[in-house]
Amino acid sequence: MSASALTRQSFIELSARERAATLFDPGTARELAGPFDRLESPWLALQGVTPQADDGCVVMKGRISARPAVVVALEGAFQGGSIGEVSGAKMTAALDLACADNERGVSTAAVLLLETGGVRLQEANLGLAAVAEVMASILALRKHAPVISVIAGTVGCFGGMSLAAGLSSYVVMTREARLGMNGPEVIEQESGIDEFDACDRALVWAINGGEQRYATGLVDALVEDDAQQFADAVGRFVVKGLPAHHRSSQVALYRDRIRALDPSQQWDPKILRATWKGGQV
Amino acid sequence: MERIELDYPARRQVFRRAHVGVVGSGDLEVLLEPVPGNRSRVLIRTSVDGFRDTWKAVLDRFFARYDGAVRIEINDAGATPGSVLLRLEQAVEVSES
Repeated sequence: MSASALTRQSFIELSARERAATLFDPGTARELAGPFDRLESPWLALQGVTPQADDGCVVMKGRISARPAVVVALEGAFQGGSIGEVSGAKMTAALDLACADNERGVSTAAVLLLETGGVRLQEANLGLAAVAEVMASILALRKHAPVISVIAGTVGCFGGMSLAAGLSSYVVMTREARLGMNGPEVIEQESGIDEFDACDRALVWAINGGEQRYATGLVDALVEDDAQQFADAVGRFVVKGLPAHHRSSQVALYRDRIRALDPSQQWDPKILRATWKGGQV
Repeated sequence: MERIELDYPARRQVFRRAHVGVVGSGDLEVLLEPVPGNRSRVLIRTSVDGFRDTWKAVLDRFFARYDGAVRIEINDAGATPGSVLLRLEQAVEVSES
């Protein structure tokens, strides 16, 4: 069912703060550690880069489908949504507080809006440490309540934060969004244009695009660029609760799938869909 | 990155703070907060050095019409003067809505 381009509210065009707000039941959302708390990066100004008052990370608490939930949204327009010391700490603290609520008996889900190139290069090891902390916090929280990652585009989700998506209970994507560990430009730069032509948009989307990730079972819902569809998908997964098995726990399944691939031949993305279908979680 | 501070006279009290914009390429973030007294202060951090006169001209024009007592923080990533004025007006609209 596709909403008319005239009547739908685009999700991709919204800022991180607006995106987060659209997911909550009306009137229930409040922002935590917002821009006036000025939790900005202490490292960017030292390197001549203008910081942002919320370090590109928006945290909101409220109710989704009448259940307590926290949303952490990365602002893709600020430094490519990159994870620095402060934005990483905000995400980790939000996940840990949700975990503490669950341990007190208040079931609280977490939603991560991942619009990010990964670790912020200007903050180097602190960004890497932040990714490790985020992953540890996701693993702790997902024992109690679902962690739902949303990748809407247009930045996509790459680098360290693709691991956060991989650890999530559910992933929601659009066709326009991309998900991958190394971005196409990085692969081309490191391994040559014969390995991956980052200018070949059809090829990039055939491999990293939302449709392919959905068809190979790495994504749980493929939605159109419509704020209502995002809210519906997230609400559905909040209500559904924990999956029977987390994707990333199915080590044997994915080890067997990768073992079955013959690396001496070039795999066509469409053939991969057919090969990997069926084993979906 | 360059820091610029500007001061303007103010004539009335403002009651709500406002935050608009994003520090994305060609855009800026504005934090507007009420302050007591009859002075407004503007603190600018911009990624593009050497445009102090242009910033002053834009803020002079803004404060020629705006008389609220506020502290305005601007985090800029290379916005044009037109975008800066629009963001400032948007911040005023939010704080007075």
